[in-house]
Amino acid sequence: MTAELEQFDYDVLIVGAGGAGLRAAIAAREAGLRTAIICKSLFGKAHTVMAEGGIAASMGNVNSKDSWQVHFRDTMRGGKFLNSWRMAELHAKEAPERVWELETYGALFDRTPDGRISQRNFGGHEYPRLAHVGDRTGLELIRTMQQKIVSLQQDDERESGDPESRLKVFAEVTITDLLQDPSGAVAGAFGYWRESGRFVRFDAPAVVLATGGIGKSFKVTSNSWEYTGDGHALALRAGSNLVNMEFVQFHPTGMVWPPSVKGILVTESVRGDGGVLKNSEGKRFMFDYVPDVFRGQYAQTEEEGDRWYTDPDTNKRPPELLPRDEVARAINSEVKAGRGSPHGGVFLDIASRRAPEEILKKLPSMHHQFKELADVDITKEPMEVGPTCHYVMGGVEVDPDTAAAARVPGLFAAGEVSGGMHGSNRLGGNSLSDLLVFGARAGTGAAAYVQGLGGRRPQVDQAVIDAAAAAALAPFEEEGGENPYTLHQEMQQTMNDLVGIIRTAEEIERALERLEDLKARAEHLTVEGHRQFNPGWHLALDLRNMLAVSECVARAALLRQESRGGHTRDDFPAMDPRWRGRNLICSADGDGIAVREQPMPAMREDLLALFETDELAKYLTPEELAAVPTAATHTDGSGS
Amino acid sequence: MSYDARFRVWRGDADGGELVDYTVEVNDGEVVLDIIHRLQATQSGDLAVRWNCKAGKCGSCSAEINGMPRLLCMTRMSTFTEAETITVTPLRAFPVIRDLVTDVSFNYAKARQIPAFAPPDLAPGEYRMQQVDVERSQEFRKCIECFLCQDTCHVVRDHEDNKEAFAGPRFLIRAAELDMHPLDARDDRADFAREEQGIGMCNITKCCTEVCPEHIKITDNAIIPMKERVAGRRYDPLVWLGTKIGLRRG
Amino acid sequence: MSGTTLDPGSRSGGSVSGGVGSPGRAQVPGRTLRADRWWVQPVTTFTLLVIWLLYALVRTASQRAYFVEEFHYLSPFSSPCVSASCNPAARDFGTWFGEFPPFVPFALLVLPFLLGFRLTCYYYRKAYYRSFWLSPPACAVAEPHARYTGETRFPLILQNIHRYFFYAALVVSSINTYDAIRAFHGKDGGFGIGLGTVIMVVNVAFLWLYTASCHSCRHLIGGRLKHFSKHPMRYRAWTVVSRLNTRHMELAWITLGTLMLTDAYIALVASGAITDLRLIN
Repeated sequence: MTAELEQFDYDVLIVGAGGAGLRAAIAAREAGLRTAIICKSLFGKAHTVMAEGGIAASMGNVNSKDSWQVHFRDTMRGGKFLNSWRMAELHAKEAPERVWELETYGALFDRTPDGRISQRNFGGHEYPRLAHVGDRTGLELIRTMQQKIVSLQQDDERESGDPESRLKVFAEVTITDLLQDPSGAVAGAFGYWRESGRFVRFDAPAVVLATGGIGKSFKVTSNSWEYTGDGHALALRAGSNLVNMEFVQFHPTGMVWPPSVKGILVTESVRGDGGVLKNSEGKRFMFDYVPDVFRGQYAQTEEEGDRWYTDPDTNKRPPELLPRDEVARAINSEVKAGRGSPHGGVFLDIASRRAPEEILKKLPSMHHQFKELADVDITKEPMEVGPTCHYVMGGVEVDPDTAAAARVPGLFAAGEVSGGMHGSNRLGGNSLSDLLVFGARAGTGAAAYVQGLGGRRPQVDQAVIDAAAAAALAPFEEEGGENPYTLHQEMQQTMNDLVGIIRTAEEIERALERLEDLKARAEHLTVEGHRQFNPGWHLALDLRNMLAVSECVARAALLRQESRGGHTRDDFPAMDPRWRGRNLICSADGDGIAVREQPMPAMREDLLALFETDELAKYLTPEELAAVPTAATHTDGSGS
Repeated sequence: MSYDARFRVWRGDADGGELVDYTVEVNDGEVVLDIIHRLQATQSGDLAVRWNCKAGKCGSCSAEINGMPRLLCMTRMSTFTEAETITVTPLRAFPVIRDLVTDVSFNYAKARQIPAFAPPDLAPGEYRMQQVDVERSQEFRKCIECFLCQDTCHVVRDHEDNKEAFAGPRFLIRAAELDMHPLDARDDRADFAREEQGIGMCNITKCCTEVCPEHIKITDNAIIPMKERVAGRRYDPLVWLGTKIGLRRG
Repeated sequence: MSGTTLDPGSRSGGSVSGGVGSPGRAQVPGRTLRADRWWVQPVTTFTLLVIWLLYALVRTASQRAYFVEEFHYLSPFSSPCVSASCNPAARDFGTWFGEFPPFVPFALLVLPFLLGFRLTCYYYRKAYYRSFWLSPPACAVAEPHARYTGETRFPLILQNIHRYFFYAALVVSSINTYDAIRAFHGKDGGFGIGLGTVIMVVNVAFLWLYTASCHSCRHLIGGRLKHFSKHPMRYRAWTVVSRLNTRHMELAWITLGTLMLTDAYIALVASGAITDLRLIN
């Protein structure tokens, strides 16, 4: 087995080549470290390409009233005050720089008339804030950073003659285990080439996880096959913590027909640019679903909502632009009440509200997507949409400033795989900015950690390597075991039905029972064929990760007895301030999963002062509120 | 609404392979990738195929369907009759790895040869560009790098020995994108396209444009304008003379 | 499921072995798996272009029936008439050359420009590379040549002079416009319109559209600029030409048709086979 083991040495290993991973790699390489990027797919295909709407950054190009403070406030409100406030602060402050930096790499955003980066409205953002390129912003971001990495490699080639001397991309490699020294410090990672099935070992004192989310644990999802919670599970098995795992965002508008594309995203920009949601009776139902905490910030009448598109300063925004959790729940309720569309969604109508030319100009890829996949012309007909699993707010517990993962020296995490930044619900547009801000911080953090080690390198025992190899080959050893595809489908169905948008204790308990059963069966999987590019084998290995992560989601969801953001309990429908200050921490416990509560650090006073006392009263307990300094009234005059 | 369709899928690797016949269920609204996935899940768990987004945005599931380069996820089954046998093979301009998966490293090697965007002497945040000036390059930045254009281009598809000298349509639009970028500081993109990327090998037969799933007008909007820019700098004595005596800048 | 064993010997065509049949690539029989009628387009293009070329050859070589003096209809194949071989009444621009030898058609003066513009045109290049040279005959159909260098060597490198033929086409189109205006010529020598006039005007209109939609024109009028925003007029011109340019193929075919129609109509009237339908005078 060892004869075929390839081995590489690096300073920093980035697992994941989406936005966060590439930005981390750029930062680590610019800090002068030898950096490797591991891609599960080909370079440049990461799921970030699917992001449509834009990158939230308070550049104030369209409305100069915008500032990091307003962005911070919107982010905290969106996350229902469960966010790591320090992450939200860093994010709001640094996002503009990260966006401008992309222009120096060659990005071409849409422009304002005075030549700056144009910014668009989006759900939960008080001002037009999303830098965008039509509705393919994620593609622009990935391509820009991909090309920046190529340009860094060209620099290295000029210097050393070898473009890969300091920055190398390993495409189509999957990491199955992190390697640690006996003290638990990161020593590298173990994985396989998808193409050949051969094993590969990376020795590196710092590993940045940037593996994205967990959507493939759910049946209806906008996520691709790569989203199997690899980073979450790697961190868990390495001894780190996951935080906020009960919060899973269901994007309100996914395609519902045809069946093969069910779940594929319909961008929020459709609503930002004038699209409205209607039920089968033709009613614009969102006006009935504005929750108390948002009353006063959203229009009460269709007329006012419609005026807002052209005059946002004197009118309130339409309720179609409420945060995603609210809209997803509203659609869910309408469908359950029997007012859904023929294929079990609701109607998203832009055809009757905007001219065809405008739709084509602003939403070209949506038009293309519906035309090609569903044979629907969105300039003429309404779309049918319904909620789809989109994003997990929960993830690896990290230090906000360095992105260092809890309890495992040398482990870092950034992007969707990290937790805390978005609290209980992420605002649209905050994900791409999160990738950039914390990707850069993770790269820098990892570089600082490695430089701090001096020449010391944690060493891994051979037994650890052998165990990793044996675990990866197990599915080939088993005779007469189960088909991984069948197991995967059962797990997706379980998560979708029992730990989906609306949850109850009884259903979650049933899900946990089924997950136990699936875990036991997953010990005995059989795959046919050999190791060369074998998707059945790959799925068998990914299943282990999905099951661990699903269990975290279910256990945390059972424990949190309230409804907040991406976690809705039918048996506890209200948001409860007593749950606000508590994070649920998921960690490995032998072969199982343990979840415990952990109090959150209190928010800094100057940040608290950005909110009105009235608003804080919606989230904080009376005792917490009493402790807030009385000067807590914000002064930037933006109103809300 | 479902029926059994006849499929022929290429199975094999670099040492050889064959078209294997399958009969597989097809449901209303499905695309070819769904059928490939059904084959994986029910008949042949080790059938190798690349795919990611399933929405025509990542450009992973490139293959050839009935001989034409296409994305598996964007080819609806309703475009075929129920009686038709549908043949699926890997891309045929690149070495095969296994089944429908090919080695597309040629493209990444070509990408690395193009000089990167050369930033202007401006601080981040100080870039100013007009929408009309960025639109041409934005069209080319829609490219999802599915490499169908590279696959169909006869310059390399039919002539392995041209791979060294020819960058392919994907990277000629990259050259155009940079040359038309309002703030790119280099002015030798056209020379590079001629000398290093082999733009002269393109005989503008437009198959790249025909297969582009993003409907980028590769030939009309990128390659021909670049050929004209090359002609302007290289083959137009009037322009050459004008540049020499300082009347116009290239 | 049953396997189909492939016979490597069934491959055909010079380039398959150096192309899709190269070692390492997926081995599939035949030069293409396309089952649609991909050959229809190259065959049609080939046939139509050959018919047109034969027609043009015969007509210019015959040097007859190219001018209707009564209504001043001059065939675009023979315009401008500037040699002593040409009908004196058609020599509006004077006589620049003496008598041509009988076997050299005087139309030789204009034909190189007329044909050169089309021969180097980006659309026609696509059309004849595909249909005459089969390089490639259709997308994803292996071409029969073992070697390929594209437009990097003599003579094909000369395609780069397309813009000079574009300049020439501006002159030729202007002369054709002059001819069309002259064709508003009545029986009595004053103003008049016949069906021939209409045909000539339509022909000239399409010739201008074809000329203006040319890729070189698009480049010269604005495409070569880096900053449209600094040249609003040229940007506007570029957008108009760009819109026409998307129709370049259609215009290329339409103008082949109108050229042939114009010449044929004049030939028929001039030879007395038909009489011109007079609308006014």
